[in-house]
Amino acid sequence: MERVLTTHFADDRYRHVDAYVETGGYSALRKALGMPKEEIVAEVRKANLRGRGGAGFPAGVKWGFLPKDLSRPRVLVVNADEGEPGTFKDRLIMSRGPHLLVEGIAISSFAMTIHVCYIYIRGEFVREAKILEEAIGEAHAKGFLGKNILGSGFDLDVYVHRGAGAYICGEETSLINSLEGKRGWPRNKPPFPAAIGAFGLPTIVNNVETISDVPWIVANGGERFAAMGVEKNGGTRLIGVSGAVNRPGVYELPAGVNLRDIIYEHAGGIKDGKELKAVIPGGSSTPVLRPGEIDVAYDIESMARIGSASGSGGVIVIPEGACMVRALMVLMNFYSHESCGQCTPCREGTGWLAKIVRRIEEGKGLEGDVELILDVCDNMMGRTICPLSEAAVMPAQSFVWKFREEFDRHIKDQKCPYGNKF
Amino acid sequence: MSVAFSESARREFDALFSRYPDREAVILPALYIAQREFGYVSGEAVEYLAGLIGVSAARIEGVATFYTMYNRKPVGKYHVQICRNISCSLLGAEHLIEHVSRKLGVKPGQTTPDGKFTLSTAECLGSCGTAPVMQVNDDYHENLTQEKIDALLDRLP
Repeated sequence: MERVLTTHFADDRYRHVDAYVETGGYSALRKALGMPKEEIVAEVRKANLRGRGGAGFPAGVKWGFLPKDLSRPRVLVVNADEGEPGTFKDRLIMSRGPHLLVEGIAISSFAMTIHVCYIYIRGEFVREAKILEEAIGEAHAKGFLGKNILGSGFDLDVYVHRGAGAYICGEETSLINSLEGKRGWPRNKPPFPAAIGAFGLPTIVNNVETISDVPWIVANGGERFAAMGVEKNGGTRLIGVSGAVNRPGVYELPAGVNLRDIIYEHAGGIKDGKELKAVIPGGSSTPVLRPGEIDVAYDIESMARIGSASGSGGVIVIPEGACMVRALMVLMNFYSHESCGQCTPCREGTGWLAKIVRRIEEGKGLEGDVELILDVCDNMMGRTICPLSEAAVMPAQSFVWKFREEFDRHIKDQKCPYGNKF
Repeated sequence: MSVAFSESARREFDALFSRYPDREAVILPALYIAQREFGYVSGEAVEYLAGLIGVSAARIEGVATFYTMYNRKPVGKYHVQICRNISCSLLGAEHLIEHVSRKLGVKPGQTTPDGKFTLSTAECLGSCGTAPVMQVNDDYHENLTQEKIDALLDRLP
């Protein structure tokens, strides 16, 4: 199977510019610099490249939202704030193939007439930030970044900007505030970042994987990229499988690959020969699936049809014998911890969800607590500036809807049937 | 006010200012420099950065307290942060947190009396494919077992 990103990831040298160039690296940049800018954008549109950060917005369309006039400088921000539980693919790109990202940045910036890019990387990724800075330095030295790139007259500076431990900063307007040196509080939209973004300038925020796909698209054409996937989802996806599987890891597979195959073939099936109990298919915010629901194409539309999402490509596998109430407690603790506190329904709602699920798990659940969870969820949906509130509601509702009997049993028996542990 | 940043830190501040169209954008990286220089972000460091950047101390304080990675009080020589999120928990992180807590004799959030270790739990560290995971200072340690943690913590000087 053809791969876009990971072909050379096993080679340690690939993270350096010489090995990257040997495998054809930066030839797409050379090609792009000779193309009309609108043609590059057209190829990205043809590619059906959907944002890989979770929302799945078509990248080429997003780029088109920039205002036409060039009087104000524009900014590219790469979202490397990978923090959705179950997601660990961008880290792989940054540590094994940083020049894919750097080349993608250079091409995308040229196509959008952007002269400064900030890579906003989560603070914990100290090592990956260093690798990126080294790659940026190497690219500068070879004339792939900086002034007059490859003699084209195009200038671009790229900076690595570290976050400092806040999940919310993966949300693009929160990320922009954080980049500006503020608390990571999301902004109301509109105005959208493409009109007024970082430092008040027109700004495009794209995920690491999205931008890293761009060199391949320019080198091989958007149509070929689109053909690798399914109708509206072009290319491959980096899918991270974690939890109770025999071979956890990141797999590069065509968009639309069967979810069951991801788990049973690529990731080697359930650990210790156990049965499957549940799958969180696209990062912790996506509605949980029962074993009978996983025979589905892993693309944005197919997953939406069954009421879930491929999100950020993080498949979390829960085995038979794991307590679903405890699993939800872990997730609700997380969202409660990460709510930025700006909107009341989210600040209070995530706290209450965590508290109620905890008391059920600890054998102190009250009659009516399950209904209370659903009621709190109703009061959180669609009432906040950003989707963190909904990101907590999706697992809460779906766990209750699909595993109701476990919640009821905890409350009836006033104890966790699994002994309060995994 | 009595903080003295090193010469190299002051050069870093200058370089940072040139990266952004707005001076306030250096607040996050500047707080990291303060933490590196003094081990934590002290009130004096906040005052100093406020003067350097040209904003109120409250402005810096508001940022420093929002993000979990800025330590507002001294931490141990080794800051051990064990992920407790879903993929790590499914593979035994809860037991590892209990084990390290017993081994070091401190609860999450506490520092050993000799100042060597601070134990914390962390939310998802973005390394779920190699769970369970912990971070000790800047470094990740993956595919953890009790034995691996013991071996690692025992050999730290």
